[in-house]
Amino acid sequence: MAAKKLSLKDKYSLLTRDLDWEFSYQDRKAAFPFEEFEGIKITDWSKWEDPFRLTMDAYWKYQSEKEKKLYAIFDAFAQNNGQLNVSDPRYVNAIKLFLTGISPQEYQAHQGFAHIGRQYGGVGARVACQMQSLDELRHVQTQVHAMSHYNKFFDGFQNWSHMQDRVWYLSVPTSFFHDARSAGPFEFLVAIGFSFEYVLTNLLFVPFMSGAAYNGDMATVTFGFSAQSDEARHMTLGLEVIKFLLEQHEDNVPIVQKWIDKWFWRGTRLLSLVGMMMDYMLPNKVMSWKEAWEVYFEEAGGALFKDLARYGITMPKYAELIDKEKEHVSHQTWWTFYTHGHAAGFHTWIPTDEEMDWLSEKYPDTFDKYYRPRWELARKLEAEGKRFYTKALPQLCTTCQIPMLFTEMSDPTQISYRDTVYKGERYHFCSDGCCDIFKDEPEKFVQSWLPVHQIFQGNCGGPGVEQVLGEYYKMNLGADNLDIKGSPDEKRWKQWKGVA
Amino acid sequence: MPVHAYTPNYTGVVRDRVENFHGNQIVYAGWDHHLMFCAAFAFPVPPTMTFRQLRDEVMAEGFEPHPEWPQIDWAHTTWLLNGESFVPQLDVALIDQGIDHKSLLRFQTPDLKGFQDAGV
Amino acid sequence: MSKVYIALQDNDVSRYIVEAIEEDNPEVTVIHNPAMIRIEAEGHLVVKRETVEEKLGRDWEVPELHLNLITLGGNVDEDDDQLSLTWNV
Repeated sequence: MAAKKLSLKDKYSLLTRDLDWEFSYQDRKAAFPFEEFEGIKITDWSKWEDPFRLTMDAYWKYQSEKEKKLYAIFDAFAQNNGQLNVSDPRYVNAIKLFLTGISPQEYQAHQGFAHIGRQYGGVGARVACQMQSLDELRHVQTQVHAMSHYNKFFDGFQNWSHMQDRVWYLSVPTSFFHDARSAGPFEFLVAIGFSFEYVLTNLLFVPFMSGAAYNGDMATVTFGFSAQSDEARHMTLGLEVIKFLLEQHEDNVPIVQKWIDKWFWRGTRLLSLVGMMMDYMLPNKVMSWKEAWEVYFEEAGGALFKDLARYGITMPKYAELIDKEKEHVSHQTWWTFYTHGHAAGFHTWIPTDEEMDWLSEKYPDTFDKYYRPRWELARKLEAEGKRFYTKALPQLCTTCQIPMLFTEMSDPTQISYRDTVYKGERYHFCSDGCCDIFKDEPEKFVQSWLPVHQIFQGNCGGPGVEQVLGEYYKMNLGADNLDIKGSPDEKRWKQWKGVA
Repeated sequence: MPVHAYTPNYTGVVRDRVENFHGNQIVYAGWDHHLMFCAAFAFPVPPTMTFRQLRDEVMAEGFEPHPEWPQIDWAHTTWLLNGESFVPQLDVALIDQGIDHKSLLRFQTPDLKGFQDAGV
Repeated sequence: MSKVYIALQDNDVSRYIVEAIEEDNPEVTVIHNPAMIRIEAEGHLVVKRETVEEKLGRDWEVPELHLNLITLGGNVDEDDDQLSLTWNV
């Protein structure tokens, strides 16, 4: 007689809960030493439930099928010379930023989940973190495999791993994850599992990836959607985590709210990079950053917070400011990279006339008034043979580590400056959000590894910026950096396409 | 609580204390409403440098690409030092007029409104 | 009521899943983007195994949805027969 097939619920119970054991001769608190110091109170771990009821056997089965589909597409892409089918060689620079800025963070997420998966007393949470840790490892691997094909044809892909904790703009995502990973297990889960996964990764992996498809990059859209299908599971888990923590004890509510405030703000700052990728680096446009923000942050995030209101959770702090900034950040960020194009590991450019008209249409209240003039100045200088590269190094925010490029929303041509003094030292911030985060844990953030200050301290080689870029960052100067105009990437592309 | 750490009484190492800059201190300088420069600049300079040297040599290097830089009338330029209004003494050392490590100097040139009068 | 949503890769299997969703949730909005199909509904949406099997003409397990899934929004409940997305308010 054939064995009766177990229902999902029974299987989940057998292969998750029933894998746990009682501690008869060891102290449970000593086994899970990090469970209490953050102030989170767990009264009953058995209330933890994975809504997908995913067990390890099913996990391997479906993940391996996803991988087979994915690698078949990578093979087809490579065998078909897929690199020749992208819309424009400028597009590939968004992928360079993806590989250097994002893929290493997938690895940090893998490490983070492996760590916290060991730290929870509840077996359901441990199994879920194990799967997520494996997912994140899969993401970095598939991304490296997908983009290794571009490495054969374009500059700027060769030293991503070396660059991760050295290059000035890569310190932004790197320090974001260092902050999360050096927090306790519950803060990490709220930071990455909830705040980041539920709203923010959608913005990267859905509209941007749809844009990759629209620009002819089948390899990237496929790893993106394949990764996001795992993220859909992570998001769901993130939401369950929040509900679980809030239901466990009322004392958890203010702690969770504080983490939500912190990590939504940090995530918003981090995503400035994705904003410019969408608005400026995709030659064929799907939707503007502002539109994507409205769908995935305002609409999806708004629904989420309405649902959580019954626990006493409110919209993240500074949501009104974030609402205004969506009109500005992508322009401000791309301008920063354009003017630092000599120090970036990818190419930058002035948007074309058609692109500027598209930006005017998508940003009717801000582009022509505040940002078109910057590009007209850039064009004027370029025409005079003085392509503008800024000469000095920028002031950085101590918390997010981004150059202090954000402006006052009440006065959009004025840089927003905030500072505070702690133990006699002055610290600078781009915003109240970043300043609040510092003030809550100054002993953590006084340790910020700010790339500009590190260069001045002599810790990044030198003495000149050229040596820092070439020797410490290992950028191939003259090939990886500078404007797309006149770059080896552009020359090769023209050769392949047979245009002068 | 200055940090939520597992280790009791945890304190962090202050990475940017002035001693780490080999005799220099950091001074930030920003030109209000001139966003050709995406952010204020950070300059490592000796605390004994005069304000004149800072303005005419160090800051000039960063700001001179701006078409309005040569037009600045310094007699009518206003300054903020760490958010407070400030009158620089040109031939006095930075440190002797309160411009210490990680101080932010902002200056305003209300007659110069940036490229295309757009704050650029 | 807030909108729940599910986005699927635009491929042959998804087309049948979308048909099934439309049949079981007549109020949904289907949006086609490059390489993806996004389906939105007020408050609630369900994917039923039986309907998908009928459209596909073969056996189909609910977790197979993950092979074509891109993203979703809403409280998830999954069992052997269905996957549902719900917002409470």
